[in-house]
Amino acid sequence: MKDTFNVPLEEDEIEVKLWEYIDGLAKADEMSAIEKLVQENAEWKAKYQELLEVHESLNLVELEQPSLRFTKNVMEEIARLQIAPAAKQYINSKIIWGIGGFFITVIVSFLVYGLAQIDWSTSQSVNTGVLDKITDADYTKVFNNTFVNVFIMLNVVLGLMLFDRYLNDKKKKLMKEA
Amino acid sequence: MDIISLVLKGDQNAYSILVDRYKNYVFTIVLRYIKSREDAEEVAQDVFIKAYRSLAAFKGDSKFSTWLYTVTTTTCITFLRKKKLEVHSLDNERVFEVADSVDSGMSANQIEQKSKVNMVNEAIKMLSPDDAQVITLFYKGEQTLEEIAQIMGKEPNAVKVQLHRARGRLKEKMEKYFSAEVRDI
Repeated sequence: MKDTFNVPLEEDEIEVKLWEYIDGLAKADEMSAIEKLVQENAEWKAKYQELLEVHESLNLVELEQPSLRFTKNVMEEIARLQIAPAAKQYINSKIIWGIGGFFITVIVSFLVYGLAQIDWSTSQSVNTGVLDKITDADYTKVFNNTFVNVFIMLNVVLGLMLFDRYLNDKKKKLMKEA
Repeated sequence: MDIISLVLKGDQNAYSILVDRYKNYVFTIVLRYIKSREDAEEVAQDVFIKAYRSLAAFKGDSKFSTWLYTVTTTTCITFLRKKKLEVHSLDNERVFEVADSVDSGMSANQIEQKSKVNMVNEAIKMLSPDDAQVITLFYKGEQTLEEIAQIMGKEPNAVKVQLHRARGRLKEKMEKYFSAEVRDI
């Protein structure tokens, strides 16, 4: 023992080394030294046999089995709670950007149309604010059609609903991270 | 990872493959903490439901089993805290003695009829939850010491020492309660 390891080992230490050997966790130089000791030293050999029996018994340990309905119960519970998987994206972001782009286009169009109506050269225009000028513009050419008005109203409502959903998702995400 | 991708895309049924694959491992680990099979089955089901909810959090930087066993451990500890039961630690020798007295007492006829495998299984059930868990994860969970350390929230060296001690305690249990079978071995 003294030749292989620098100091004689206590029984506990022998056990530690043998477990490392059995588990394949010993260092390379120690592996061959322990192997030699197991073959040549009676104490090491006896202890090795003892520990190997325990190790082999543990390898035979069987897993416990739950009831036959286990998987079914889990899947039913998931379906019952209507748990949505933590998917990274529920909605295609291109659709969201598309709708957002449409509304931005509509708003910008209004602004451009309004600004285009303004007569910047008159003294009255210079004294009033830009916003007043935009609101004073004549929009009847665009909004004199009932159908168009209804269509625009619907789009505004849809846009607000989508915006509300987006804000809710954002809120849930922030709460989850918190 | 393919199955996980399918589940994340919305294929709920694909998750049943994962449940079938890991249910025995999860149930066994839960039983190391919770001795009642009914409670253990309920907790094991909770583990899979929690895992389903947070599947997107699994980044794939460790084995799925390692991640799942971590969820299992935390779920068990939470359950025991709610039930206000004490989770015994490895080094609490006094508690160990109590566990001995609670878990002992098999009749001579029962002992005689036990096979070697059942003997080891019964001996493991007599260990503390930490000891039983580290043995189960090492021998049945296909986890390395580093992965077990991650699951149990300990340092790898501490897990190595715990495994060594757990095996020593198991041997003592087997000698104390199944001495006839041990001699025959």
